[in-house]
Amino acid sequence: MPHTMQKRPPHRQRPPLAQQAALALTLALGLLQSATAQSLALVSSEKDNAISVIRLSDLQILPAIPTCKRPRHMQLSHDHQRLLVACSDSAAADVIDLHTLKSVDHIPLSDDPEIFDVSPDGRTFYVSNEDDAALSFIDTASRKVVASVPVGREPEGVRVSADGKTVYVTSEIANSVHVIDTASRKLLKTIAVGQRPRRMALTPDGRELWVTNELGASVSIISTAEQKVIATLLLDLPGARASDITPVGLQISRDGRRAFVSMGRANHVAFIDVASRRITDRVLVGRRAWGLALSQDEKRLYVVNGLSDDLSVVDVPAARALQTLPVGRVPHTVVLY
Amino acid sequence: MAGRRPLLGALLALACCAAQAAAWKLTLIEQADPPAWERQQLERAYLGHSGGSLKTAVALGLDDARFETEARQTTLALQTVAGNSLEAAREQARQAEKSGAQALLVDLPGDWVQAVAASVQLPVLNLGARDDRLRERDCLPRLFHLIASERMRADALAQALASRKWNQVLLLTGNAPDDAERSRIAQAAIQRYGLKLAASKSFKLSTDPRERQLANPLLLTGGLAYDVVWVVDGQAEFARALPFNTASPRPVVGDGGVVALEWQAQYERYGAPQLSRRFLKASGRPMQAPDWAAWVAGRALANAAMTLRQASPQGLREALVGVNVDGSKGVSLQFRAWDRQLRQPLLLSDGQGVVAQAPVEGVLHPRNVLDTLGADEAEKLCKVQP
Repeated sequence: MPHTMQKRPPHRQRPPLAQQAALALTLALGLLQSATAQSLALVSSEKDNAISVIRLSDLQILPAIPTCKRPRHMQLSHDHQRLLVACSDSAAADVIDLHTLKSVDHIPLSDDPEIFDVSPDGRTFYVSNEDDAALSFIDTASRKVVASVPVGREPEGVRVSADGKTVYVTSEIANSVHVIDTASRKLLKTIAVGQRPRRMALTPDGRELWVTNELGASVSIISTAEQKVIATLLLDLPGARASDITPVGLQISRDGRRAFVSMGRANHVAFIDVASRRITDRVLVGRRAWGLALSQDEKRLYVVNGLSDDLSVVDVPAARALQTLPVGRVPHTVVLY
Repeated sequence: MAGRRPLLGALLALACCAAQAAAWKLTLIEQADPPAWERQQLERAYLGHSGGSLKTAVALGLDDARFETEARQTTLALQTVAGNSLEAAREQARQAEKSGAQALLVDLPGDWVQAVAASVQLPVLNLGARDDRLRERDCLPRLFHLIASERMRADALAQALASRKWNQVLLLTGNAPDDAERSRIAQAAIQRYGLKLAASKSFKLSTDPRERQLANPLLLTGGLAYDVVWVVDGQAEFARALPFNTASPRPVVGDGGVVALEWQAQYERYGAPQLSRRFLKASGRPMQAPDWAAWVAGRALANAAMTLRQASPQGLREALVGVNVDGSKGVSLQFRAWDRQLRQPLLLSDGQGVVAQAPVEGVLHPRNVLDTLGADEAEKLCKVQP
């Protein structure tokens, strides 16, 4: 089971309109196998209350999807039929039907949600609440906050382990990753990492948790078994000072061999060899490279640029940007569908 | 081998934290009933002026580090005292040192800060005095500055003007106690960034018709060619009324119009809104520039204390010199080794939002671009080194 930054299925997905019948059939069979590649890139825009839509086949910009206020983190539902959008100023998650590209539901979340993850059984949302310094557990059936675990100030990244037993939360102000037991809803451990930790990714084997440190210009690598930092990877870029390297977005390939880290104000994405923990390539993208997503075939990397309001399309084998597309104002997250 | 590692890790963790348990005592000394806290002054909310006691902001800074300090069994307790004179503040500083405080935080006028810092051996964190002399000829190795110096603010404005090619500056200077000195600092920044002084005039806050040449904005700003008016006005009353009242349709910067600030509550980037909101919730008022200095002092003290096993003033002073602090302004901040001034970006604001940030894009420095704001190492203006 891959556990990458944008949780994606280990299978292909279909375009929204083409295969309704096939969809019904695969659903009936309980399978989600298809030969079709992802067809859309969806980008949340914090200031437009909308999600930009880009058709991947020809990189055409389609009409944006109106959503709730200040959309930030997004991920696909476990059945890949819906897009879940955390809206910080609506204190809710918008639920977008991926076939009609319309909002079909609203799930109330606690105040100022930024990032969430969903339990493997799909029953619980774990939401970081920036202003309350808490991780909320939201029961999707009753739509109620069933637990709230206090964490360090400005919690940000949220990542659930593959077995669903543990949820990890970064605190930007406490410079820590909190380890929370989902059964007892207790904070088990606080692991000190670098300055201003933001996002996390688990290696596919679940042994390592990678954490970007925005002001540390580094990635902390935590052993999930030992619950401690086993390595710190300093990001560098010729000609740039450490203070200009502000990593945020992070994703690990399905085979666990490569990691991709957006370097923020350094305007580059670092390709990292996981085994040697070395940077192999640095690819120039837009201003303040932020969220990123890897295509299903892992040949394309899509990077949103927070200060230039655009999306860079990166050719992974060639390690260079191919094209840049305008998206909404202050783009936050990109999800491929 | 793999099985043993967690146990060993746990033992090491215990050893580290038992040894690191430390209880720190901090004392904040503020001025009793300063003029800046008079009701009318607070209501006017001049940009860069005090919004009230800094106690809440320091406490918030310490509290923001609670998860980290608790994990290391470090506690930081804050006590606040107020002095109504330089002598009283100095006596309070001595008392605090005697009763076991390891650091002082001061929100006092410049000469009081100097007197307090000279009377104790503790690290003293200056939260409110922007006087350059405290970083230059009157500097002390144990005196740390969280608030920006006047020169940093002047450099920030000069950079912004230079980047816009608003080169011709009309400088207006008031008669508040520090205005002449601050005007000199503004002129040095104007020169440093290649701007031109179109004219330099004094003004006086008055409605007396006999003094209209000194008091009337139209007369002060008419009959001249300039790109921008830079007003130096410690009282800020004249400066506030100057924008849109100049003879030529020109922008105003300095103590009115666009002001260089350590913080502005409307700032939207780098998690700033979260901090502004936390402060508003804790104090019931918007976060002003000195509040940021106080908050970041709490953060810096917590970060420094966490690296030490025992609470000691000497250890703390050394730890502060090497500390890195996240001030929610997008970069990691440190104290400059040569004058113990916290290097930091400044926000240029008209009070409605942040219009620019300094250092401005395109300004370069051989080591750290933040050092283009304020006195740099090579100038050697602070002779006293630890």
